[in-house]
Amino acid sequence: MRWLMQLRMRIQMLFQRGKAGARLDEELRFHLEQQIAENIAAGMNAEEARFAALRAFGNPALLREQARAAWSWTWLELLWRDVCYGARTLKRSPGFAAIAILVMALGIGANVAMFTVVRSVLLKPLPFEEPERLVALYEYSSDDQFPYNDIAGGVFAEWRKQNRSFSNLALLGEAQLNLSGAAGQFPERLRGAGCTWNLLSTLGVKPALGRDFTAADDQLSANGTVLLSWGLWKRRFGGDPAILNQTINLNRQSYTVIGIMPAWFAYPDSSTQLWTPIYHDKLAQTMAALDSHMFQSVGRLKPGITAAQGVAELSVITRRLHDQHLDDPFIGKAANIHPLLEGMVGDMKGPLYVLFAATGCVLLIACLNVANLLVARATARRKELAIRAALGGGRLRLLRERLMESFLLSAAGGAFGLLLAYGAVQWLAHTRQDISRIEAIHIDGVVALFTVGLIVLCALFAGLIASWTARDKRLLVSLQDSARGSSGGHAHTGLRRALLAVEVGLTVVLLVAAGLLLKSYARLRSSDMGCDTQNVLTMHLYLFGGRYSEPAQLVNFYSALLTRVRSLPGVEAAGFVEAVPGQGYWEDEGFAVVEHPPLPQGQLQYAVLRGADPGYFAAMGIPMLRGHTFDANRRLGQANQTVISESFAKQYFPGEDPLGKHLRTLGAHTYEIVGVVGDTRYSVAEDPKPMQYYPLFAGLWNNGTLFIRSGHNVEQLSLPVQRIVQELDRDLPVSDVLTMDQLLGKSTLDASFDATLLAGFAALSLLLAGVGLFGVLSYIVAQRTSEIGIRMALGAQREQVLRMMLLDGLRPALFGLAFGLVISVGVARLIRSMLYGTRPLDPAVFAAVAATLLLVAALACMVPAWRASRLDPMQALRTE
Amino acid sequence: MGKPNDLVQGTLDLLILRTLSPQPMHGWAIAKRIQQLSCEVLQVQQGSLYPALHRLEQQGWIEAKWAESETGRQAKFYSLTAAGRGQMEKETANWNRLSAAIDLIVTEA
Repeated sequence: MRWLMQLRMRIQMLFQRGKAGARLDEELRFHLEQQIAENIAAGMNAEEARFAALRAFGNPALLREQARAAWSWTWLELLWRDVCYGARTLKRSPGFAAIAILVMALGIGANVAMFTVVRSVLLKPLPFEEPERLVALYEYSSDDQFPYNDIAGGVFAEWRKQNRSFSNLALLGEAQLNLSGAAGQFPERLRGAGCTWNLLSTLGVKPALGRDFTAADDQLSANGTVLLSWGLWKRRFGGDPAILNQTINLNRQSYTVIGIMPAWFAYPDSSTQLWTPIYHDKLAQTMAALDSHMFQSVGRLKPGITAAQGVAELSVITRRLHDQHLDDPFIGKAANIHPLLEGMVGDMKGPLYVLFAATGCVLLIACLNVANLLVARATARRKELAIRAALGGGRLRLLRERLMESFLLSAAGGAFGLLLAYGAVQWLAHTRQDISRIEAIHIDGVVALFTVGLIVLCALFAGLIASWTARDKRLLVSLQDSARGSSGGHAHTGLRRALLAVEVGLTVVLLVAAGLLLKSYARLRSSDMGCDTQNVLTMHLYLFGGRYSEPAQLVNFYSALLTRVRSLPGVEAAGFVEAVPGQGYWEDEGFAVVEHPPLPQGQLQYAVLRGADPGYFAAMGIPMLRGHTFDANRRLGQANQTVISESFAKQYFPGEDPLGKHLRTLGAHTYEIVGVVGDTRYSVAEDPKPMQYYPLFAGLWNNGTLFIRSGHNVEQLSLPVQRIVQELDRDLPVSDVLTMDQLLGKSTLDASFDATLLAGFAALSLLLAGVGLFGVLSYIVAQRTSEIGIRMALGAQREQVLRMMLLDGLRPALFGLAFGLVISVGVARLIRSMLYGTRPLDPAVFAAVAATLLLVAALACMVPAWRASRLDPMQALRTE
Repeated sequence: MGKPNDLVQGTLDLLILRTLSPQPMHGWAIAKRIQQLSCEVLQVQQGSLYPALHRLEQQGWIEAKWAESETGRQAKFYSLTAAGRGQMEKETANWNRLSAAIDLIVTEA
């Protein structure tokens, strides 16, 4: 029970200190008066009695303090006093406080925001059951080109049948689903995932409402079933649970809604809105193919089995399949594996860590700057501190006071920083929806803790550096120094210069990294797509269902669509292609040249493939180098012409005339090469690859991009064109309506984002470094005023003074620059993988950075140096 | 400025606890009583009693109550708690052991 009593006492003492203090005084007074009364009774006069009592009692003030110390909250009292004192000193120089707090807020805010992102995206475990046992699986392609290749359905079937390492293996593939509008709603194109029935049980997730798939749902003969995402359910079906067991139309087939997924569930990514059983949706032939790589897989390792063991077993299975079908070189030769988290966010790792490191640099610079400001103040207050120390102020006490000041600054900075970070995180989650798991980002307890840690760290860092100067043991020197200042406190600027050099060095590193990324981005945006991207509008169409089950129906639709779109006023040209340049890899296909000797067994030959309408090349502005395009009148079975790209011709027909030669595809169709066109890029960041074009009018493609070119304002045509689509097929949704510029911009979003942010950080650091230089030199000038006056009085020219002061200020900048450039060389190598068309040691970038920095440094130093050179010697000598 | 060292402090605690064991007392009376009982040998600086009293109170060995003193004024009366009584026994035993040992050394050597 004693601890209970102690606790009560402590709480009482914490909250009733004032009252307890009064009581203590009362108690001591009682004692003294008792003693005085006794002394008087013993015959002393009043004064004697009083002195004798005090003598017997001891120093009341001191004893009072000691008794109070027993109350165990003294440290809090002292702390509070320091806080008050620190706040008062800061209030006396509000300008300094505001700048320091702002600098800290920017530094801490940027770090907290990046930490939040890095933690949510890269560090937090996936919200699935025992996520450490989940792995993403891949095939290792037999030509070593794709170590993380998509999986073929047939290979997966064998994995599932034969493996003993996984308790569950699930397959999933992308599905484009046209949701038909019921009762006046628009039809809508949705991104979905086809998955094996056990996907959710593999992940260890249950639907929020309704039921999971069963094995019976996941076969061709079953009725269609679908799980909806929480968002889709809320948005499209008003969050009404009555939708369960109702049917909806997807790609003109009916599916029964069996469940709603929880709101947080975003797998394989946050844009997935529907899940359907894959063996029900896909043709049996597709699911059995061994060489058609189009699926992803996730597996749950059995307890005690390592990922390496699991992948080794799957590799053996794959290798066996490969060896059994040596005639088909497209079957993978091994399996490959990633932890599931790595598979989902692996490509974001590098850029995010680079940005995090950059914010770390910004914070370090911010701390150095604040430390610098504190040093300046400490130097200005040296005399005051020396006097206090001489009067018996404890060294620790004084140190604590200094630390308290920097602690107050960084605490206020941290509070603002947290607000900033909140805004930044909101903005980031909004602009970068392409980062997987970004939807899970929020500021929570761990982030708050991180902020507190950061605040303490910054406070200690800045405060200790500043106290370093106040640590001077030679009190007398401090007291005498600058009593009649000639060039007082010269040594004290040494530390500030060193800090500045470090600051400048870090700034240089940031500038170089930002410069390299900006140049990469500029290279990306200016990379030649191989076609005319001006004033082009694209939109994606997916033709599904009974109306398009026959190739002839597809061809009729395309030809009617193109005829009508082309006759629309304002349309200069229009075309339809599987994917326009920059839209992605899409698909490839193996082929053999009929006129060439057969390839040795196991060798493969494939190229990116595109289905295109005959007018595509002209409309897209892709030059026809030789021959001509497809014959528009040859349709369906007769459409047996192909067009190849320049690099295709170079690679597979070196020194030959490709025209008139024939290609045989894996599907055993034979096509005659009738034309050679210029190269295009399938992705902005990839060099052109060989491409083969096949006629859209063969009727083999049920989806692709319609594009329109116009003289100006092509966006205006968006609605009329969509109206034509609606008139041709009321249930056909149009998606991804983007101009070519927007489309390319989207694919370089990553690069532009990284480069812009880093450039922002670098600019901020440059500003801080400039301000730092300015501050230090101004201070030096003020300190050396009388020295300068003497020099001038002795005949120094104003130019000489200017040069002297300028060099004095520029010296730390030069040191910093040299040191920063050296570090940058290493950093540039680290970020090499983020660069495009830019060498890590790009001389232009390094030179530009050096020039910028010197310019800013010179500007920052110019003002104080100029001011020094304008000093009136008489005035300067009189100043004290 | 120095605080009493551990030996003296511990002894002072014991003296206070023992003094309080028969009845509650205020600080001045405790000081008087210690002086009296030790036949004026122990000249405790009276004021140093108070930090000790407050510390003992914080530790829960003694508790305090404001009451009217013999002169009619309000005074703070300290009394031993049950835990304090236990502590007193322990410290007394400790003291006996220690003083016997010292006694032994002083007389034998």
